[in-house]
Amino acid sequence: MNTILGLIPVEAFLFCWILLILGLKISGKNSGGLYVNLLLLGVLVAIGLVAFPAPNAQFGDLIHVNALNRFIRGLLYLGTFFIVIQSSSWLKKHDHAAEFSILLLVVLSGLGLMVSTGNLLIFYLGLEMASIPLAAMASFNLTSKMSGESGLKLILSSAFSSGFLLFGISLIFGLTGTISIAEIPVNLANSTLALIAMVMIFSGFAFKLSAVPFHFWTADVYQGAPMGITAFLAIVSKSSIAFVFLTVLFPILSAIQQVWPTVLIALILLTIFTGNIFALRQSSLKRFLAFSSIAQVGFILMGMLVPSEKAAVSVLYFLVVYMFSSICIFGVAQWLEEQTGKDSLSNFKGLYKENPFAAWSVALGLFSLAGIPPTAGFFGKFFLIGSGFQGVSVWYVVLVGLNMVISLYYYLKIVKYMFMNEVIEELEKPQMALPLKISLGIGMLAICFLGLSNWIVNHLSNLF
Amino acid sequence: MNQELLTPLLILSAFLFFTGVYGFVTRRNMISMLMSAELMLNSANINFVAFNKFLYPGKLDGMFFTLFIITIAAAEAALAIAIIIHVYRQTKSIDVKDADQLI
Repeated sequence: MNTILGLIPVEAFLFCWILLILGLKISGKNSGGLYVNLLLLGVLVAIGLVAFPAPNAQFGDLIHVNALNRFIRGLLYLGTFFIVIQSSSWLKKHDHAAEFSILLLVVLSGLGLMVSTGNLLIFYLGLEMASIPLAAMASFNLTSKMSGESGLKLILSSAFSSGFLLFGISLIFGLTGTISIAEIPVNLANSTLALIAMVMIFSGFAFKLSAVPFHFWTADVYQGAPMGITAFLAIVSKSSIAFVFLTVLFPILSAIQQVWPTVLIALILLTIFTGNIFALRQSSLKRFLAFSSIAQVGFILMGMLVPSEKAAVSVLYFLVVYMFSSICIFGVAQWLEEQTGKDSLSNFKGLYKENPFAAWSVALGLFSLAGIPPTAGFFGKFFLIGSGFQGVSVWYVVLVGLNMVISLYYYLKIVKYMFMNEVIEELEKPQMALPLKISLGIGMLAICFLGLSNWIVNHLSNLF
Repeated sequence: MNQELLTPLLILSAFLFFTGVYGFVTRRNMISMLMSAELMLNSANINFVAFNKFLYPGKLDGMFFTLFIITIAAAEAALAIAIIIHVYRQTKSIDVKDADQLI
C-alpha cells in the first residue's frame, strides 16, 4: 500500500480507539475499570501491529518505517503497557479515567510519529503531540496542589525548550533550504551560524532529556505528578527522546564535529555528578528516582560521543535494560505509595519481612541500575563506556567509574532499608494484585536473562 | 525580490527571541511567562517565512512549518492557560512564587 494510512496503521488504529473511548464517555458510561481495560487492550493491539512483520517503506521523506523504529516503538508501547498495569488501581478509582486513556493514546501516537520521522516538521509535530498531553496528565490529581504545579512547570519548560529547538531549526532551514534530515548534512557548510543553530537545537533536546544544566524542571515535575506519569516520563518519554537523539540529531551534527565531543564530555560528567550528588540527599522517593534518572541520562549520552553502529547498539541495549529495571522499581514504589499515602524513601523499610517478592524485585532493579555484574545493567553500562570512550583520556573513564561507586551508596541504602531495617509503623498491607505481580516477574526475568544471553544484542545489531 | 529586507527581518526575529528568553527568566507572573514563551515560538515563525520568501522562493517548507507552529502554539497556550486557572483555583495567585509546594 502506498497510501499514508498503510504506513501508519498503528496511528490509524489508535485514532479509532480514541473515538471509541470518546463515544463511550459521551454516552455516559463512567466506570473506571472499563476504560482501564479498553486502554490496556488498545496498547496491546498497538504492540501487536508493531510486532507484525512489515516491509520497509517510506512516504516521501516524511515517515520511514523500518525494523529499527518498529523495534523502538514496540519497546515504548511495552513500557506503557506495564506502566498502565501498575497504575491501574489508581486509575480505576479516578473519575476521569476516560480522559486519561484518551490523552495517553494521543501521546502514544505522537511518540510513534516522532521515532519514525525523516523530516524535522514531522519530528516537531510528534514531539509536541507527545509532550502537551503529558502536561495535562501530570496535573491529573485534581485535589493536590503539587500535581497542578507539576503540570504547570512541565508545560512552561516544554514551551521554553520548544522555542530554542524551533529557532535552531529555522536557522538550519535558512542555511540549507531543506528540513529533510537526509539532505541537511549534505547542504550544511561549517559556519558560525551553523554552530549557533546546533547549540540551540542541542539545548532544546537536552531540556527534554533533562541533561544538566537543563534539568531544573525534572525533580519538581516528577515529584508532583501521579506516580504512573512519573514512571511514564522517566521510562517511555526519556527513551523516545534518547532514540530520536540518535536518529535525528546525529546525522545533522556533522557540521560541528570538531567541538562536539569536548562539549559532550563536559556535559556527561556534569550530568552524572549532579544526578548522583543530589540523589544522595533526597528523602522523597520520586525526587530520588528523578535524580537517579538524571544520572542514567549521563550514561545514555556516553553512547552519543562517537557516531558508530556499535555505540548506537549499546544505547538501544541500555534503553531496554533501563526500561525493565525501572519498571521493577516503579511498580513496587507505586504499590507502597498507595498503601502509606506518603512519598518517602522510608516506605521501603522492612519490606522484605512483609513481602519478599516485592523486596527482591526492587533489589534486582536497583542492582541493575547501579550496574552490579550478573544483572543486565552491568553489561549496559559496560558497552556504553566501551563504545563511548574510544580515543579519549583514561581519566574520564576513571571519573565515571568513581560516580558508579557514589551511586552504589544510595542504591544500596534502599536495599539496606528493605532487608535490614524494621518496619516503622505497622500498616495492613494487602496482597499485590496478580497483574502487578506478573509485570514485576517479567521485569525480574528480563533483568537476569538480558544480561546472561547475547540474543538481544545480536538482534539489535541486525537492525542497522 | 528585494533581498535587503532579509537582514532587518532577521534582526527583528533575533530581538523577539531574546526578549522572550529574558522575559521568561525574569517575569514571575505565569501569564507573562507563557507570553514570553509564545514570543520565542513566533520569532522562529518570522525566521521561517523570511528565509522562505527571500532565499528559497521556490519552496514551501518554511511556510508549512510556520502554519504548523501557529497551530501547535495555540494548543500549547490553551492547555497552559487551563493549567494556570487550575493552579489559581488552589492557590488564589498566579505568581510563581506562590507555586512552591515542590521543594
